Amino acid sequence: MINLTAVYVLWLRETKRFLRSKSRVVGSLAMPLMFLLFLGLGFRGMAVPGVSGGTGYLDFLLPGILGMSVIFTSMIAGISVLWDREFGFLKEIMVAPVDRTSIILGRIAGGCTTAIIQAASIMVIAAFTGFHLGGVLSIIYESAFIIAIAVAFIGLGLIFASQMSDIQGFNLIINLVIFPLFFLSGALFPISNLPGWLRVFSYLDPLTYGIDGLRGVMTNSSMMAAGADMLVLIAFAAVIVVTGAYLFEKSNVV
Amino acid sequence: MRAINVSGLTKRFGRVTAVNRISFYVEEGEVFGLLGPNGAGKTTTINMLATLINPTSGHAEVAGAVIGRDNYKVRKRIGIVFQDPTLDNKLTGRENLHLHAMLYGLKRGIIKERIRKVLKLIELEGKADMLVGNYSGGMKRRLEIARGLMHKPRVLFLDEPTLGLDAQTRRRIWEYIKSLKQEGMLSVILTTHYMEEADYLADRVAIIDNGKIVAIDTPANLKKSLGGDIIQLYIRGSEKSYRGLIHKINDRIKVKKTDLRLARTQTGEDELLITVEGGNDKVPLIISMAEREGVRVVSLDIHTPSLEDVFLHFTGRNIREDGADGYERNREFIKRMRR
Repeated sequence: MINLTAVYVLWLRETKRFLRSKSRVVGSLAMPLMFLLFLGLGFRGMAVPGVSGGTGYLDFLLPGILGMSVIFTSMIAGISVLWDREFGFLKEIMVAPVDRTSIILGRIAGGCTTAIIQAASIMVIAAFTGFHLGGVLSIIYESAFIIAIAVAFIGLGLIFASQMSDIQGFNLIINLVIFPLFFLSGALFPISNLPGWLRVFSYLDPLTYGIDGLRGVMTNSSMMAAGADMLVLIAFAAVIVVTGAYLFEKSNVV
Repeated sequence: MRAINVSGLTKRFGRVTAVNRISFYVEEGEVFGLLGPNGAGKTTTINMLATLINPTSGHAEVAGAVIGRDNYKVRKRIGIVFQDPTLDNKLTGRENLHLHAMLYGLKRGIIKERIRKVLKLIELEGKADMLVGNYSGGMKRRLEIARGLMHKPRVLFLDEPTLGLDAQTRRRIWEYIKSLKQEGMLSVILTTHYMEEADYLADRVAIIDNGKIVAIDTPANLKKSLGGDIIQLYIRGSEKSYRGLIHKINDRIKVKKTDLRLARTQTGEDELLITVEGGNDKVPLIISMAEREGVRVVSLDIHTPSLEDVFLHFTGRNIREDGADGYERNREFIKRMRR
């Protein structure tokens, strides 16, 4: 049975921690914005193969950068279980009369919130540079994709956290997991430009569908229909989260 | 009904047996002390009773629920203060308490009042809205005790509650724990390797060494069980003279082998410990025997047995001999075993 109070209070904790850590707020925005700015301006005039004529590169890039900010934040939200273990707080949660599912839901809710806050900040900044935000409906669709991506990668973070015994391997995860997933997803260029053998990995990357879906909603130029993207993404997210929850349950607390 | 009932509880990590078939009980309203050197298995025992790790074998009932089977009920009915802090440093003291109250399902209406009450008990009202990251070690420990009490548990676990605190803070924490006892039916189980702590706080003490309980009783009874007084002599002399003296003492005073202990030291002054009934009367006799055997008595001390002596008696070694070294080794080892 899900304990909603526990989900709420764990969500509240994550959100408070995020908002209190100024460096995290700034840091999490800085990199996506730099990518957006330098790549967007640098490739502005160029015709990128596979990007359809009507869409400029900046319009093509923005959904990719949103996906990037979400994958970083949510993976870290999942892996942050390791920090809780390191600083002891995990024990406080684990001896509480709260089922593990609620604990994981609280963390997912917290991670989704930070992802939404970040994505919204990027969108607002992008709007100033001339990006057309679209109506209420498209914002709702975009949020849905952002949440679905966040859920999938928080789950992936949990999987890694439950397999690692300390925070030493954290940078390794960033470099060897997050970056490849980001590059494979077609955030920066159409994956149709990749050689076939590499494209196979793109299709195995949940972020590919997240970004394609965002692109479909935001610019109307995507490989698949947004609805199909969403279905694939949800399927990925479900499998990953269930695996993550299972491994989290099995992992050592002390 | 008993607050805790443990029988044959065992925990193995790989080939290391951390806790070896221990059995004990804790009465309702009792303060029970688990006393032992670092690495003796105290924390592992607590972690099992608090449902954080599963026992390898054995049975334990905590606050009327069986661990491993009714973990949810156990969790709801216990409070616990771990050895290392388990607070969220990025939240304030009050927020930590609030989070705890919500996790334990306290009604919104009573949370505020409960927080006020526990803050008052630990005298942290003034610092409640500071981030816990800025708290001192003593303040953190006090906040954790407060947090452990918020949901009115039936059993409170305190794992080394004063480890690493200065003498003054330790005193204060002792007073809080004492005051809990007057509150009613709360049972407290505390682990410590400080003799004075167990002596001062615990109604009954279990001495645990190498994962086994070697003695359980009230501190007074444990001390009494050694029989009489402890005469501690600092002596100089030859090997032969020592042997002569020990032989004489055995002959004239009739002490058991385990009650007579000779410890060599590097300074050349050796230490002879004699546990004997009516120590005051025996001292003149012992000194005159020493003189006759050619043993020089440099100084002497008579005291009634302390828990320190009890520990020495049951385990054959001093509790302080295994310093942080042994403890760290043990922890490291256990950590490695789990990977």
